[in-house]
Amino acid sequence: MPISFTVNGAKRTVDVDPETPLLWVLRDDLKLTGTKFGCGAALCGACNVHLDGEAVRSCQIQLQDAAGRDVTTIEGVTGNVAKAVQDAWIKLDVVQCGYCQTGQVMAAIGLLTQIAKPSDDDIDKAMDGNLCRCNTYHRIRLAIHEAAKTLPG
Amino acid sequence: MNRFDMTRIFALDTEGDEAGRTALLAPSRRGFIKLAAGAGSGLVLGLAPLPRSIGGGEAAAGKEAAAGSLAPNPFLIVAPDNTVTVIIKHLDKGQGAATGLASLVAEELDAEWASIKTEFAPADSARYKNLEFGVQGVGGSNGMSNSFEQYRQAGATARAMLVAAAAKAWSVPPGEITVKAGKLAHASGKAGSFGEFAARASAEAVPGTVKLKDPKDFVLIGKSTPRVDSRAKTMGTALFTIDQMMDGMLVAVIARPPMFGATVKSFDDSLAMKVPGVVKVLAVPQGVAVLAKSTWPALKGRDALKVVWDDSKAEKRGTAEIVAEYKAMLDKPGLEVRKDGDAEAALKSAVKVIAVDFEFPYLAHAPMEPMNAVVRFDGAKVEIWTGSQLQTIDQSVAAAVLGIKPENVTINTLWAGGSFGRRGTPDGHYVAEACAIAKAYGQPVPIKTIWTREDDIKGGYYRPIYLHRIEAGLDAKGAIVAWRHRIVGQSIMSGTPFAAAMKGGIDPTSVEGANTLPYTIPNMRVELATMKIGVPVLWWRSVGSTHTAHSTEHMLDIIARETSRDPLELRLSMLSKHPRHAAALKLATEAAGWGKPMPAGRFLGLAVHESFKSFVAQVAEVEAKPDGGFKVTRVVCAVDCGLAVNPDVVKAQIEGGIGYGLGAALKSVITMKGGVVEQANFDTYDVLRMSEMPRVEVLIVPSDQPPTGVGEPGVPPILPAVANAMLAASGVRTVALPMTRQSYRRA
Repeated sequence: MPISFTVNGAKRTVDVDPETPLLWVLRDDLKLTGTKFGCGAALCGACNVHLDGEAVRSCQIQLQDAAGRDVTTIEGVTGNVAKAVQDAWIKLDVVQCGYCQTGQVMAAIGLLTQIAKPSDDDIDKAMDGNLCRCNTYHRIRLAIHEAAKTLPG
Repeated sequence: MNRFDMTRIFALDTEGDEAGRTALLAPSRRGFIKLAAGAGSGLVLGLAPLPRSIGGGEAAAGKEAAAGSLAPNPFLIVAPDNTVTVIIKHLDKGQGAATGLASLVAEELDAEWASIKTEFAPADSARYKNLEFGVQGVGGSNGMSNSFEQYRQAGATARAMLVAAAAKAWSVPPGEITVKAGKLAHASGKAGSFGEFAARASAEAVPGTVKLKDPKDFVLIGKSTPRVDSRAKTMGTALFTIDQMMDGMLVAVIARPPMFGATVKSFDDSLAMKVPGVVKVLAVPQGVAVLAKSTWPALKGRDALKVVWDDSKAEKRGTAEIVAEYKAMLDKPGLEVRKDGDAEAALKSAVKVIAVDFEFPYLAHAPMEPMNAVVRFDGAKVEIWTGSQLQTIDQSVAAAVLGIKPENVTINTLWAGGSFGRRGTPDGHYVAEACAIAKAYGQPVPIKTIWTREDDIKGGYYRPIYLHRIEAGLDAKGAIVAWRHRIVGQSIMSGTPFAAAMKGGIDPTSVEGANTLPYTIPNMRVELATMKIGVPVLWWRSVGSTHTAHSTEHMLDIIARETSRDPLELRLSMLSKHPRHAAALKLATEAAGWGKPMPAGRFLGLAVHESFKSFVAQVAEVEAKPDGGFKVTRVVCAVDCGLAVNPDVVKAQIEGGIGYGLGAALKSVITMKGGVVEQANFDTYDVLRMSEMPRVEVLIVPSDQPPTGVGEPGVPPILPAVANAMLAASGVRTVALPMTRQSYRRA
């Protein structure tokens, strides 16, 4: 049975197993490959997307539970917070292998949307579920502070 | 990966066995990767070059150069639109190879950095070999060091041809033409862009020799040129292997044996075939492959498989049994690796002997992008898309599995989501299995074989378990007069083409860092016992130094504590012959405030270690509680890596190395029970997280020496530096890793 939902502002309809994790629908069916597979078990954050504006693990959301809802992926993320985060990431050359970074960026946007000027503790709490095996954590922290500096609040 | 000269190790040969050569890999690969075992002349010199089947022409690289372009060598293309495409011969798995190699070309070409594009080279060892290895690939942190002259030469060559073309067009002497940021100019007012002269320059003779810049004239080298991949990786547009989407593509996953060495006895795919989207279930040497139209059905299909395994030849020991066997070996002399003076006699006559045993577990690399490869095989030729780290090996392994010649294997190297050694496999196993699936399926469609995280964590190719025993003999004044260091562990190189680097049965990756201990100790003996275990092992970021740095540098602090000496003073007193170690130590300790009073509950630990020709000293600060809880709050690091081509990338690599090593220090461990790995995903294989990452300050020792490694050398010192800080805090020795294995509660 076809299931419809909104992705990056456009209505999309897919007809696959309704239990398919949103992650694989986005990647395999909609070819939005910026959202990454890292663990399949909500343990790493590489698959972070925004569901109705909130950062979630797309590997744990079944397609049927996304029906009628609003999904934003790294390809569609917009706004001043997103721009501040991505600009800071590029300015500080945060990335190394880069595989986890789209999930990191989505999590950081989620954090800065909630807390405009996060402390180190806020960052630890918000970002602890996002693994980076290159261990770019030091720069992620600096980049979140850098982005916060450019945002009002 | 290690730093051995693979030109003396590899002989790739498709003609079958030859006298004096021994096939070392599995029979299926016999005849493809061989090790020369000839006596007298030693090892085979060089690589039988692969025919140049890819790219066409001598100059053009991975793609055909557009008409009117200048492509004087395999490393760059200057296009009429002023872009300069630099062909990157090495995998970029985050270490910055693309940025680094491009900056070398741009420097000598005097190109504008914004006009630089990069593209990964095809597998073609004749053009793109690693000059230290003799085959194409990168490892042992040598991506920059082996390319430093080569890529600069490539850029300088193109510059000379552009200048020659402009000189002709303007009727002025070439020496009067200046080049800056992609623009050619003459004092007469004549000026032009690279693009305008690219076509005419391509008609110029390629100069035999070119003069490289004096380092004082560098405008990019030594500066923190921005990474070429930051934007794409931040915006989500960089394409990794898992992102490859092609018409008609299938996704494959493999049901893998629960124990190393087990094989498929039988399987029932009736339920798997009922999963919508599952296309085929196939037996392959690695297990049972499920092929589906997309990833989720492949995973569901695999879950629905019923496989009976034959474990008659499997490794059934657990890590407890393995460690017990190793412990017994610690009491017996091993093969001699280093001998200075007479350590045995000096230990007997020492006033005091301090003996400490150390235990290091199996570790998984766990790169964020699990292993994967896309393969399209038409029966005669194959095209492969993967984050290939040792392209020549992957190419010859694919050829062997498919029964075709290596020149019919095209490899497209893609951005890789981390490696840390994991993708540099001497047996090319994950490319081999993807090819086995393609061959068994028998249709020319692209098949993307992926590993799940559980496949990765349970899949072996671990940093081996090692046990160490260090016995230090002290004289009446407390000076170290004897040092016996015994190491027991599995060999990484044995049974692979790299075994040619083993001399007298000693795997250099088991002892590096221990046999090169820099301290002046008159009587020293290093020994190795190599054990045979049926668990595949592999180099893990900084390889032997992951364990030798800890045992040696923590031992020094144990001795310093026993003899009431300052750890810095003790080291400096024995480093007179190793000024680069001493200079790094001094820089790090001064910046960290070594010797100054610390706030209550805060303690410092230091360590210094050389790996991959770089010298790294670190000072770790811990906040330690009486109940044993602690947090690493700050790390100050000094690195001497020769000339720092891109200081910001150097710093990034060292920051990352510190985090990577800290995860292993604090918590990461693979254990086995009855041959079955007990960890499966990031809930059980615990790695470093944001809240555990200390503040890091990296200082670069100024140097005009040639560039050396930075990807790995940041890792080794962090384990002993943290252990030494906790020794100062609690008096507890870190004799088993990870540190969760012992209590640091204050007595």
